[in-house]
Amino acid sequence: MKLAYWPGCVSRGFTTELHGSMAFTAGKLGIELVELDRANCCGAGVIAEHNQELADTLNARTFALAQQTGLAMMNICSTCQGAQSECQQRLDADSAYRAHVNEALSGQGLEYVKGKDGFENKNFLWVLVEDYGLDRLAEKVVRPLSGLRVGPFYGCYVVRPKDRLGYEQHPDRDIYLEQVIEALGGEVVEYDGARKCCGFPVITMNRETSLRQAGTHVGDAIDAGADCLVTPCPLCHLNLDMQQPEAAKIVNRDLGLAVLHLPQLVGLALGGEPKQLGMGKHIASTGWVEERLTGAAAPA
Amino acid sequence: MAEYTLKVRRYQPETSEGPYWEEFKVELDPSLSVLDGLLQAKDRDDGSLSVRCSCRAAICGSCGMKINGQSGLGCKTQIGEAQAMADKFTGPSPDSATPGRGSEGGSISDSPALTGAEDVAPIVVEPMGNMPVIKDLITDMESTHWEKIRRVTPWLLPHGEAPEREYVVEPESMIDITQSMACIQCGACVSSCLSMEADPDFVGPAALAKAYRFVGDPRDAETKERLHDLAEDPHGIYDCTHCFSCIDACPKGVAPMDQIMRLRRKAGEEGIEDPNSGHHHELAFAQIIEKKGTLDEATLPKESVAYGIKGKLKPSKRTIKETLAAMPTIFRTIRTGKVRSKWLQLLFPGLHHKLPGGAQDEVKAIYRHAEEHREEFNIYISGADDVEPEPDENETEEATA
Repeated sequence: MKLAYWPGCVSRGFTTELHGSMAFTAGKLGIELVELDRANCCGAGVIAEHNQELADTLNARTFALAQQTGLAMMNICSTCQGAQSECQQRLDADSAYRAHVNEALSGQGLEYVKGKDGFENKNFLWVLVEDYGLDRLAEKVVRPLSGLRVGPFYGCYVVRPKDRLGYEQHPDRDIYLEQVIEALGGEVVEYDGARKCCGFPVITMNRETSLRQAGTHVGDAIDAGADCLVTPCPLCHLNLDMQQPEAAKIVNRDLGLAVLHLPQLVGLALGGEPKQLGMGKHIASTGWVEERLTGAAAPA
Repeated sequence: MAEYTLKVRRYQPETSEGPYWEEFKVELDPSLSVLDGLLQAKDRDDGSLSVRCSCRAAICGSCGMKINGQSGLGCKTQIGEAQAMADKFTGPSPDSATPGRGSEGGSISDSPALTGAEDVAPIVVEPMGNMPVIKDLITDMESTHWEKIRRVTPWLLPHGEAPEREYVVEPESMIDITQSMACIQCGACVSSCLSMEADPDFVGPAALAKAYRFVGDPRDAETKERLHDLAEDPHGIYDCTHCFSCIDACPKGVAPMDQIMRLRRKAGEEGIEDPNSGHHHELAFAQIIEKKGTLDEATLPKESVAYGIKGKLKPSKRTIKETLAAMPTIFRTIRTGKVRSKWLQLLFPGLHHKLPGGAQDEVKAIYRHAEEHREEFNIYISGADDVEPEPDENETEEATA
């Protein structure tokens, strides 16, 4: 399997462990990634609220670069997925608008063509379930996550709005994390916050509201007995992990729950060592996850 | 005909009991609605089961409720579909009886274990969220919905004297607000709002969609004042957390979050300074991408909070407060080694990785084009269906359009 790969900004900035663990995990899975190193930021919905056409054109450029490779495109960020899907929906809706946007790309020899070679842009989570396959994934597992209680945390941008994110064709996209956790041998923890908002989009605008959301969901997961959370969104990771000690102050309780990036969780089950997967770069200690896994791996 | 179990969150204020769950077995065609099921239970099993409803056709907006954790209208949700959703969200293990693992997440985690439900999951029905419950599925919409609607001055404030007869406007100039006009005030978006869950003072999706209905109205004379009001309220347009819940909850396609983003765009065009730094956050974000192609996360908060539009230092109370609040996180990420070099970029902006050979100029060219046109495209109006002309028929495209 070979894919055009858009790592996004945050995986090369504040969460470099995501970029690294994706490279490791892709190698183990036998997925070849062709990085779109000329591509630009998706705008994260923020540029769209500043100037919608600008966001649409920036993402049309990224799609056009991906289409040049002739490969399907993969991202590793819920926010990229949501922001790019939103622009793609508008671009695909009207040929005149698409032509207008492509005008800005023509000087660069680029063009976004709707549906070219069945063009799709999918988050790693969707690729894993829909294209790679859960059975094939389960076969690759060398260290089952037995006994590890994992709370899924999706990130709004891969679950809503349903009519934009391909749920008609793939109605189970909002239970894929649970399916992946189970395929890796882990145990799914149900708690209130799995599909709620981490609060990150308002961290600059309304810090308290933002951190209350993050703190509440982490707390709920702890109360439900989770050993860790897993998320396909590095922005959720920033609020749930990097800001976790601050969120704890806002919700006025002890937290301290490891938050893993999706490629880290998959990488662990495929035999990766926590250090290799950059788990030492988190703010909330991942030590408990390691203990659980070594405990589970030790012969009885 | 099929049999369904409705698991209803009940509350009877006349008793001293708290809320509790009760299951009702109903039998009806899968194409009928959850509301039909509730009315059957009320008719056959318990006349005290309380629900607000009137038209039963998604017009009056009375029967807002949460079904399997998802906010919407009872009359617009087919019971067969609700069953499919309940089955999907029921965990694989037999002890996972927690209800409402719906798309907004559930509401009650301490539900009693199911008894006698065999292997069919119950359809979980709850009153709307973010509102006080009066009785069973009936909520008090006054404080969380109507008061906020009144907050945005939901009537026309026209130019000068009213004309003798009706206002005459170009139909095209009204198309833009038809989407927000479609609102039936059911409150489903308010029920689903994840910002309001964390900040009850948030003006909220229904009221802000209503606000856009007047901001976008060509007959209204107070557009600027309205935008100032909505942007300068710390719980106004910049308090939305962009979670899309209201878009999925709305039974009429109003997409309240999209209307909030329109309000932000318009407030931004007016250059309105807001106490949440929302406008500066947008500008700083856009400017960083224009210069660097990818986001530099260390620079963004600094430019959003501490600096003005053209990089001039504008220290304010908020600057100082936010900077102090950010310090523990910054020091923690340096101490633990999570993020070290990124903070150096605040001192040496050139350290941020650049797009390779010429790509940054391509991004800049996009900015010039898009800032010149600023087109806004609304799928609600245009429809999402677009038939691509056959490759060899390109020349006849104009003729067929």
